[in-house]
Amino acid sequence: MLDIISILPQQLVFGLALGAVYGLIALGYTMVYGVLTMINFAHGEVFMIGAYIGWAVLTFLIGQQVGALHPVWVLPMLLIPAMLLCGGLGVIIERVAYRPLYARGASRLGPLITAVGASIVLQNATMLTQGARMKVYATHLLFPSSWRFSLFGVSISALTIVILLVSTLLMLGLSVLIQRTSLGRSIRAVAEDRETASLMGIDVGRTISLTFFLGSALGGAAGVLIGLYYTQIDFMMGYSAGLKAFTAAVLGGIGNIRGAMLGGLLLGIIESGASTLINPAFKDVVAFAALILALVFKPEGLFGERDADKEKI
Amino acid sequence: MIERFTRYSPALILGAAVFAPLLAPNDYVVGVLARICLYALLALGLNIVVGFAGLLDLGFVAFYGIGSYVYAFLASPHFGLHLPFALAMLIVTLSAAVSGVLIGAPTLRLRGDYLAIVTLGFGEITYICLVNLDRPINITGGPNGLISIDPPSFFGAVIDRNIEYYYLFLVVLGAVVLASFRLRDSRIGWQWQAIREDEIAASAMGVDTTRAKLQAFAIGAAIAGFAGGLLASWQRSVFPDNFLLQESINVLAMIILGGIGNVLGVILGAAVMVALPEMFRELALYRLLAFGAILMLVMILRPQGLLSHAGLPRLRNRTMSR
Amino acid sequence: MCAGILRLSKPISDAAPSMLRLTNIVAHYGPVAALHGIDIEVGQGEIVCLLGGNASGKTTTMKTIVGLIKPTSGTVAFEGEIISRLPTRTIIGRGIALVPEARRIFGRMTVWENLMLGAHVRRGEPQDAIVQDLESVYSLFPRLRERINQYAGTMSGGEQQMLAMGRALMARPRLLLMDEPSMGLSPAYVDQVFDIIQEINRLGTTILLVEQNAAVALSIARRGYVLQNGLIVAADTAAALLKADDVRRAYLGEE
Repeated sequence: MLDIISILPQQLVFGLALGAVYGLIALGYTMVYGVLTMINFAHGEVFMIGAYIGWAVLTFLIGQQVGALHPVWVLPMLLIPAMLLCGGLGVIIERVAYRPLYARGASRLGPLITAVGASIVLQNATMLTQGARMKVYATHLLFPSSWRFSLFGVSISALTIVILLVSTLLMLGLSVLIQRTSLGRSIRAVAEDRETASLMGIDVGRTISLTFFLGSALGGAAGVLIGLYYTQIDFMMGYSAGLKAFTAAVLGGIGNIRGAMLGGLLLGIIESGASTLINPAFKDVVAFAALILALVFKPEGLFGERDADKEKI
Repeated sequence: MIERFTRYSPALILGAAVFAPLLAPNDYVVGVLARICLYALLALGLNIVVGFAGLLDLGFVAFYGIGSYVYAFLASPHFGLHLPFALAMLIVTLSAAVSGVLIGAPTLRLRGDYLAIVTLGFGEITYICLVNLDRPINITGGPNGLISIDPPSFFGAVIDRNIEYYYLFLVVLGAVVLASFRLRDSRIGWQWQAIREDEIAASAMGVDTTRAKLQAFAIGAAIAGFAGGLLASWQRSVFPDNFLLQESINVLAMIILGGIGNVLGVILGAAVMVALPEMFRELALYRLLAFGAILMLVMILRPQGLLSHAGLPRLRNRTMSR
Repeated sequence: MCAGILRLSKPISDAAPSMLRLTNIVAHYGPVAALHGIDIEVGQGEIVCLLGGNASGKTTTMKTIVGLIKPTSGTVAFEGEIISRLPTRTIIGRGIALVPEARRIFGRMTVWENLMLGAHVRRGEPQDAIVQDLESVYSLFPRLRERINQYAGTMSGGEQQMLAMGRALMARPRLLLMDEPSMGLSPAYVDQVFDIIQEINRLGTTILLVEQNAAVALSIARRGYVLQNGLIVAADTAAALLKADDVRRAYLGEE
């Protein structure tokens, strides 16, 4: 018992880092849900592809033997291509898989099914081109394990700090964009009332594409961070991470940006707490159970509003 | 041309189904035919939930799994029970129906996307439980599953050849097909359609949406559970990996391909999706990729599927309110 | 109202160049035809009103003009250019603004943000012009100035109407369409709103307004159309319509 108590703070920190990444992915879900009222099932796969892109760049850089690999310049080189390419991928998915359906006014079932299809296509395309075995991030070359420090008896690695920092910066950046810029206003307008938004002269289609870009870029960044943290990536990782991030988005109130971030942190802590206290094999069950309980009892999440016209029913 | 096929199809299909195994070149092919029947059953079950009632259940495989494992509990050395086939299958069906109600109940107030995710979650939870409930008490046999399951037997005659299984499955399939048509054209069928098109309006018209939805879940689950029992008695074993999420997706793809809501269409979808990978063995690696692509292409290009005329319910065009 | 009141459409005065012209517009809502071929003309600088009861097709007409509904046949021309097939955002960019029925303000955003959204079409212009327009809107609607940072969803119906109008004005439209501005407002507010509409017109904006409240609409309009079941059944000067017995009976509640 004492064992558990002593490692709990450690797990808390781990949970926060994990949660921050969940929050990043959750933002993608929540933004798309905000503007289209649909769940982008393929988002988890975008996250996975981000991880692969980061791995490819890292492997390339190591191969070039440029000498000292310091995260200060290597990290942006991993993040930026992943974010840009994943952003672009998100836009492509939207244009190819979703737009033909919601433009047609198809029922909710339609885009959901194409989303599942897109998710499978991406997973398997990755498996076929990259191989079924996992890839490994040589994180130790970037963040030597000696880079850590102690805080109240808890040992925190530099990598954990960096992940927390990068995630927080990205989330804050998005928040500023949404709340304070004209573009953000357009996105919020489209999310609230698409028809009236077009009456403002807003190009609704382009705004939706942009929303996908932003959400997917964040997902790509999350992929790189997770790759660095867990070091092992495989083509299935998008599935479970995606489901959990979606849970986080729901916990925080789907469509609510602040909620997605906080939901992510909450879920990260719950999950790492559960895996410490209960059998780790069941940690996924905890996440799903949290999701189901949330949806059944408080579907609007912690921060959402009970939208009368946005039929949750 | 497709429309003409639909008109003559019942006779054609019946004839083909009865004679097919006799024309099959070898026993392996007969096995494939039997598998088509099993998947067609699953497709019909899911068709009731998704196609008739409009409830996107992504965790359908859970009922398949529950049915299989319950049969395994009742007819194998695992718990020492060896109930007769008919009795075991009755219990299997009832348990599956009950689990359908239990899983469906929390989802009643949820809208399409959320319903899908929650059912997906239940499917995953079921899988995780099947894999992990072998400690501290061995209930499910863990990752290695359960083996030495009894085959079906009727009045002493034991079924052990593929061709016998095939005809057994075919009879069940026929019964479920008839039941599907009956349900579709019955009062509950109309209620499901009303709910599928516009749930709020249906409720306003006096439809007891709660009961109707639970009935859809229960019936769909019962069919899947029955199919699960059949699988267990055929394979003589059950493993958690028989019931991965992928199977839920496969069955969904079958009904999408064949035409959501179209009883014969989903059977065609099942046949196509089981037979094609067999015919293109070399492309096995691409099978899943193809399934995903099918889901996308069908929805984008021909949402009503191969056979269906009806297609998916349409949302009223939101831009026109007066 | 029976067919006997069908009037011939009087040509409008040639002195006012035509700003908006609907020619034989047929429009559908789903499978149902909502407009069966209507002709409307609005001259520059005029206030024209479109009267009619529920489900007469008034809102469909407004939506067809701005492109939210594409006409099945017929054309919409704005300042000589045919705009019927253009996407809504382009039509808005041409200088038309719509204050929608039930206001449709963005409740989750502040007054200021709503107004800035109204100016979205002018995002290329220098900030000063926009700030200036904000000022004009605040002087027209002093209540809004008091509530700049308030969330629009928490305001009263009358205040929301003002916000919706101010938001539309931020686009500096040459043609302003208004769908039932009096709906749900107390008589005091109605008077206020219509005074402001007149002021807006005086400052140079052409106005087409749709109303059930015929009395107040005809009191500020120069001309009017009466729409019934998707057809124009009367078209005349406001004065003539006010005097017409059947119009008075049907819409003004008089005998």
